[in-house]
Amino acid sequence: MPMKALTGNEAMAEAMRQINPDVVAAYPITPATEVVQLFASFVADGLVDTEFVAVESEHSAMSACIGASAAGGRVITSTSSQGLALMHEVLYIAAALRLPIVICEVNRSLSAPINIHCDHSDTMGSRESGWMHIFAEESQEAYDSIIQAMKIAEHVYLPMMVSTDGFIISHCMQRIDMLRDKEVKDFIGKYKPHHSLLLTDKPYTVGPLDLQDYYFEHKRQQIETMMNAAPVIKKVGREFGEKFGRYYGLFEEYKMRDADNVVIAAGSAAGTAKAAVEEAREKGMKAGLLRIRVMRPFPHKEIANALKDKKIISVLDRSDSMSTMGGPIFVEMKSALYDIKNHLPMCNYIYGLGGREIDVEDIIRVFKRGEVYKEKGIEKKIDFVGLRE
Amino acid sequence: MKEGWKDLPIGCTIEKGGTSRDFKTGDWRSERPEFLKDKCNNCLLCFIYCPDDAILMKDDKVVGIDYDYCKGCGICEKVCTAKAIETKPER
Repeated sequence: MPMKALTGNEAMAEAMRQINPDVVAAYPITPATEVVQLFASFVADGLVDTEFVAVESEHSAMSACIGASAAGGRVITSTSSQGLALMHEVLYIAAALRLPIVICEVNRSLSAPINIHCDHSDTMGSRESGWMHIFAEESQEAYDSIIQAMKIAEHVYLPMMVSTDGFIISHCMQRIDMLRDKEVKDFIGKYKPHHSLLLTDKPYTVGPLDLQDYYFEHKRQQIETMMNAAPVIKKVGREFGEKFGRYYGLFEEYKMRDADNVVIAAGSAAGTAKAAVEEAREKGMKAGLLRIRVMRPFPHKEIANALKDKKIISVLDRSDSMSTMGGPIFVEMKSALYDIKNHLPMCNYIYGLGGREIDVEDIIRVFKRGEVYKEKGIEKKIDFVGLRE
Repeated sequence: MKEGWKDLPIGCTIEKGGTSRDFKTGDWRSERPEFLKDKCNNCLLCFIYCPDDAILMKDDKVVGIDYDYCKGCGICEKVCTAKAIETKPER
């Protein structure tokens, strides 16, 4: 397999090149600019057969993607932060029309105050749009996940975004074990759209008015599709592993077997947390990490099963839900664990907003506090890591 | 009987033409035009102006109103040259 030193953005652009989509409609935005810029150069150099549509906004980018996908094309775009926010209303349309578009997303905080650095508030803001969503921990996973996302999306007919942490992953170089072009082509296979506007002998109407008498049924159908998506994500992750040696599931368990003091994290902080698990174990703590990979659909049953015997759960959130109930992962985790028999003590740490660093020592402190909470009960349900008081 | 969610085509699509026929808009109506056959001079202005194609015709003559689709906008009464359409409140 060809090894290359690539940044997260370069890795995602390379995955796009190998997928060779029919249409890419995109608008550049920091820190995802390079994905679009590199892909535009692939088009200019004739390395892909893609129709590249340079649009005037992200709202138009996603709208053009929807048109191209409804026409039966294989479609990818890339964005970040305000760009994803500007796409917001059209994201719901892509999902409800069951168009398997893929977004190479780079996580960046939302304004205000304006900030170009990483947190997860952008994709968390889209978590009810009906898109499937993978948080990649690092560039290799981002590359692998874009390829899987294309296949998953086209199998279940739902759009999917794969996100990396802005700058931390998007701009840092890593050794990437790339697949050969043909391997990618064979893995994703030929796309069979459920409808195509270009097949004039089979005319259909896309996006018609749908009032009290049908909207509910169409939404129920969409809910069912999302319910059936998790097994497909698992199957494609396993198939990828069998072919190329790197296996992916809905979430990752790190040193979880005998752990009782568990941290939950998504994105690049999970890598930091793995180092913290090692150090915490050297200090005698039974530390473990459960990394959320698939955020949508949320693998609630599997996560509840993986955590049921643990003693303390600390959820790291790189955004807040502004619900006064903590970050979005914490809120989801509470829902996921409500139905299990024994009550699991769980607390929340908001960290890293606007790109604020989190390091190994920060997470070791979380584990240490977990040891105290295990014995004496949780003192602070929701706390902040790396914040000046 | 309308389809349940399991029987609908994927992606909120409509797979054939002419389906506006299945969408009975008559129940939007709050006022009901009534056709007075004896007064009608068959000028057909109501037929031309009706935005919902709800004026029923037979042998080039107006024979009534299609209440499945008439939304009760009242244009037919306004344009009628013979006072052959009277709008009454829908009960």
